[in-house]
Amino acid sequence: MSFALPSLSGSPVGAALPPVDGQALALEFLNYAFMQRALIAALVIGVTAPVVGIYLVQRRQALMGDGIGHVALTGVALGFLFNTSPVWMAVLVSAIGAVGMELLRLSGKARGDIALAMLFYGGMAGGVMIINLAPGGSTAGLTSYLWGSVTTVSASDITAIVILAAFVLLVGLGLRRQLFSVCQDEEFARVTGLPVRALNLLLAVTAAATVTVAMRVVGLLLVSALMVIPVVAAQQATRSYAGTLAAACGFGVLVSVSGTVASYYADVPPGATIVLIALGLFALAAALTRPIARRRARRAELPVPPPGTPVGERATVPAPADPDRSSVPSR
Amino acid sequence: MESVISLEGVTAELGGHPVLRGIDLVVRAGEVVALLGANGSGKSTTVRAAVGRVPITAGRLELFGTPLSRFRDWRRVGYVPQRSTAAGGVPATVREVVAAGRLARRGLLPLRRGDHEAVHRALETVGLADRAREPVATLSGGQHQRVLIARALTNDPDLLIMDEPLAGVDLASQDVLAETVRTLVGRGAAVLLVLHELGPMEPLIDRAVILSGGRVERIVEHGDHLPDTHACHPEDAPEPSAEPRLHSGIL
Repeated sequence: MSFALPSLSGSPVGAALPPVDGQALALEFLNYAFMQRALIAALVIGVTAPVVGIYLVQRRQALMGDGIGHVALTGVALGFLFNTSPVWMAVLVSAIGAVGMELLRLSGKARGDIALAMLFYGGMAGGVMIINLAPGGSTAGLTSYLWGSVTTVSASDITAIVILAAFVLLVGLGLRRQLFSVCQDEEFARVTGLPVRALNLLLAVTAAATVTVAMRVVGLLLVSALMVIPVVAAQQATRSYAGTLAAACGFGVLVSVSGTVASYYADVPPGATIVLIALGLFALAAALTRPIARRRARRAELPVPPPGTPVGERATVPAPADPDRSSVPSR
Repeated sequence: MESVISLEGVTAELGGHPVLRGIDLVVRAGEVVALLGANGSGKSTTVRAAVGRVPITAGRLELFGTPLSRFRDWRRVGYVPQRSTAAGGVPATVREVVAAGRLARRGLLPLRRGDHEAVHRALETVGLADRAREPVATLSGGQHQRVLIARALTNDPDLLIMDEPLAGVDLASQDVLAETVRTLVGRGAAVLLVLHELGPMEPLIDRAVILSGGRVERIVEHGDHLPDTHACHPEDAPEPSAEPRLHSGIL
């Protein structure tokens, strides 16, 4: 049995696909150590990425993960140059990049999107330049980090992934009320005396850790998708922040594990498979919840919905359901 | 009586433009003070300076007798910022938003049972206890404003600061708001409001401070003629020749 390394062409290395048989299908891939490691990595990343992603989505910084991903590339290349672990070097460099980006945003000196754009270009160019300076290094060495290569995850990678994920979960879940407050209404959070600046920087470092955790599985170029899409899919159906967080973690695990398994059988790159499954899940969630959302919007038009009001009853007193509309002074 | 907020000759600038040019203002315990004035007169900047959101360039600013730079007792302050029209991307329930107010007490620790009870009481005060589990995005403008007020009330503040709490708020919510302010003042809290119109707040207001061009134009004590609808001054109008007419002992 051979397993094609994920590549852009996705060409199988002369392997026949395994027989599609229920029992064999369920167990066979677990016999391979590389698949066991791949699944552990996928599981950990699936639950971790949305925990940070939810705060970025709330703050309208969905692309921040991409910016950090590009900077992490420079870290990976530095790892090759200095012959140290690319993962830990990527953590270090992307954390510095994320903190720098956050400080720039907080100072108000540069628009968020421009700071992000500079980071994109600098990180990418730096990575390509440095990898070519490394002895025996070439741009090809970066490929597995760019597109992910879950099947080549080593035992030491797993250790790094688990440690980083534990840190991310500790911050993202343990400080969820505080981070929610900061991301939802930063001005109010400051007046409650929260250390807003420290929390923002902590979130930036946490996002950097998440990116490096996820890069082995989905690749630096698709890393942000696993932070953002499960959250956006979940919020189609949820009403609360806690519910969105829980559902997003569930979706994250679902897509990353199923994508990894699917890529094993269909011999396709796992990163792209995971992201496409996630997008499919989002489309499904949006289609299924549209009628519910419409019904809810109608119900919200009633000033005080008495319990047991028939769904879809015509509202008698139309009040604006859209908070934006009512921001105009009434008189 | 204890002065809860006191500003003396406070100046501030935004983006290099002077916005406050020497504001004197005192709010004591049990008082309701309204800041009135045209757009750009410095009302919002004054309250944002009072909670440390706009740095002051000169003058003295004290909360509960402590200079703002050393003030740490934020649980005594309830702040209701101007309602932002940008709805957050991620759904959140009324209760989740209001619970953020308790972080003034909890800091970086998780919330406890007592915190959740305080959140419930605050929601009852503004008449939204039955909507606690609903997403804020489905609320009307007035209800949303009441959520933000409940968030500020969770710590039983000794000072409530509200920036334009009546903007875009239906009449029923305006009455709830007035009632909330009445209750707070009844137990000795101080209230500072930025208002465009007095509306149902009028009988509660002890003093109206009218700003113009970053200065106090005049002060109207309750019982005198409170300006019902404040005429808009163009900002390039000549400075009022008179200093604030009413020099009470506190200024």
